Amino acid sequence: MSAQLLTYLFIGLSFALYIAIAIWSRSATTTDFYVAGSHVHPLANGAATAADWMSAASFLSMAGIIAFEGADGARYLMGWTGGYVLLALLLAPYLRKFGKFTVPDFVGDRYYSQAARLVAVVCVIFISFTYVAGQMRGVGIVFSRFLEVDINTGVVIGMGIVFIYAVLGGMKGITYTQVAQYCVLIFAYLVPAIFISLQLTGNPLPMLGFGSTMSDGVYLLDKLDGLSAELGMTAFTSGNKSSIDMFFITAALMAGTAGLPHVIVRFFTVPKVRDARISAGYALIFIALLYTTAPAVAAFARNNIIDNVDGMVYEHAPEWFTKWEDSGLIAWLDKNHDAKVQYRGGDALVPVKPVFDGTRQEAGQRTLDNSASANDNELYIDRDIIVLAHPEIVNLPNWVIALVAAGGLAAALSTAAGLLLVMSTSISHDLLKKCLMPSISERQELMFARVAAALAVSVAGLLGIYPPGFVAQVVAFAFGLAAASFFPVLLLGIFSKRMNKEAAIGGMVTGLTFTFSYIVYFKFVSPGTNNAAHWLFGISPEGIGTLGMLLNFVVSLIIMRITPPPPEEIQELVEQIRIPR
Amino acid sequence: MNNNESYWKANVTLMMSLLVIWFLVSFGCGILFVEYLNQFRLFGFKLGFWFSQQGSIYVFVILIFVYVWGMNKLDKRYGVDEDE
Repeated sequence: MSAQLLTYLFIGLSFALYIAIAIWSRSATTTDFYVAGSHVHPLANGAATAADWMSAASFLSMAGIIAFEGADGARYLMGWTGGYVLLALLLAPYLRKFGKFTVPDFVGDRYYSQAARLVAVVCVIFISFTYVAGQMRGVGIVFSRFLEVDINTGVVIGMGIVFIYAVLGGMKGITYTQVAQYCVLIFAYLVPAIFISLQLTGNPLPMLGFGSTMSDGVYLLDKLDGLSAELGMTAFTSGNKSSIDMFFITAALMAGTAGLPHVIVRFFTVPKVRDARISAGYALIFIALLYTTAPAVAAFARNNIIDNVDGMVYEHAPEWFTKWEDSGLIAWLDKNHDAKVQYRGGDALVPVKPVFDGTRQEAGQRTLDNSASANDNELYIDRDIIVLAHPEIVNLPNWVIALVAAGGLAAALSTAAGLLLVMSTSISHDLLKKCLMPSISERQELMFARVAAALAVSVAGLLGIYPPGFVAQVVAFAFGLAAASFFPVLLLGIFSKRMNKEAAIGGMVTGLTFTFSYIVYFKFVSPGTNNAAHWLFGISPEGIGTLGMLLNFVVSLIIMRITPPPPEEIQELVEQIRIPR
Repeated sequence: MNNNESYWKANVTLMMSLLVIWFLVSFGCGILFVEYLNQFRLFGFKLGFWFSQQGSIYVFVILIFVYVWGMNKLDKRYGVDEDE
């Protein structure tokens, strides 16, 4: 069977499964809709959290980024797993004991303030929308390349599926579809990785395989470092970023992970405090399976791309190469006019992303409007295609290629659904029920939750069809803002009885304003000076959330000492959430 | 000091010692001392590189399970566990 037919089959089957689960687990009450009735088994919640957390970025982009950056990619590997240690030890058990529905719920109650609740709602919605836009791009890439349908059609199909299970099923429907989606995505990630690890090193475990020897007896990483040096690329096992920048980015990703509302809310769905603790452990095992495989996939991919592409005569280019070129995600500029592809270090084109003029050159490649950069590199490869293209590059069977496409969709859809639910909950519960319309009945609140979910799905779909040019620019916001706003407020709210309303608001405003201005300045106001020479202490906008978080802590600690302590009943609430029983 | 306060103190001690390990493995071995550790080898890996892309993640998983095990014991010892 052709890869395309198999892809239709796999995606069709997986979608049918998600819908069946959604129908089986419809929500009838607000508790079902918001937190799945708090009846989810910790193991199921672990798998659902893993799928919720691992987005199109983890599945499609991360290994590609590491393949190009080598050691610098560690900031994602450590940042996006280390955050679970913070979550498990510092937040999850206590927020579960608090036992409400949302993060703004906790902020509003603990700080006895509607203003704090509203700031939290705005942050939740902003962070979630930034994220959803990224998922939609993932859905678009998979559909346009593998099913050869229009990107817009692909986005509409994806939205339709999410619509069915998020609007009908709420958290209950989402939880059980996420469990299924985790199984699909991890299988789809591991199978090609195991195949390729066997091909290159004979070791079936990719995590060990990339530290093993190849058939010629040389360690894979040593060979790769040698090849990279020859071609003028950075060695795979060393990086370009300074230690201080790596430190701050990793810390921002960790604290941001622990403060992300769609992850935290998953721990409201288990029955007990001890379930919340163990559930974080299960989640991290499920996540680690993919995260320890990703750097192996990255090393294999860099090796295989160099092997297959460098020195290739364009007229003999394999099908995957020309198809991705047709999608605009690969481009070749024959700088030395020898009709062969030279793959070297550095960006091939100025500007970096290819701009095609619609015509073709003699050898058949698409004509570029870009000018040539100063180096010898002739090839542009979009990082997002590495995971999808890799099985084709090494000629794996068609069913593996189809499986990867289904896995990418599972990763994007599961995260999108989790985010959409958090947004709809913030609107119906935190904004309407708790602030604007406290008198509505539970049935009305549930109806508003469904309407809000439907609205959020539509806006997300629009973002996928008309992607704003600044999506990639604002992703840095999500983690930085979560780290600089939620993390300190949640942490101090649990660990300090003295922490009060004034300190929380002062801290959040300081952290948010600082982080937001720094990112806006370097990304929008003055992008030309966005380099280490101009950064504060050499910290890039990606890592500035850590500094914002430290400022938040300092400001909170000062204000809480010069303002009156919180009311008696709030101090009792803090004592309550510290004890499981 | 009453029972709940001693429980909380024991909890914070356990938590802090695990976080010290968390910090040393990720920010220490994976970032600050990565160049120094890279002169040692673990099979085909440079040691610092291995910590930053593999080892730290394995340690994170172990830390959470040690915490779960330790907390369940503390819950029982101080009589605050959820089983009635």
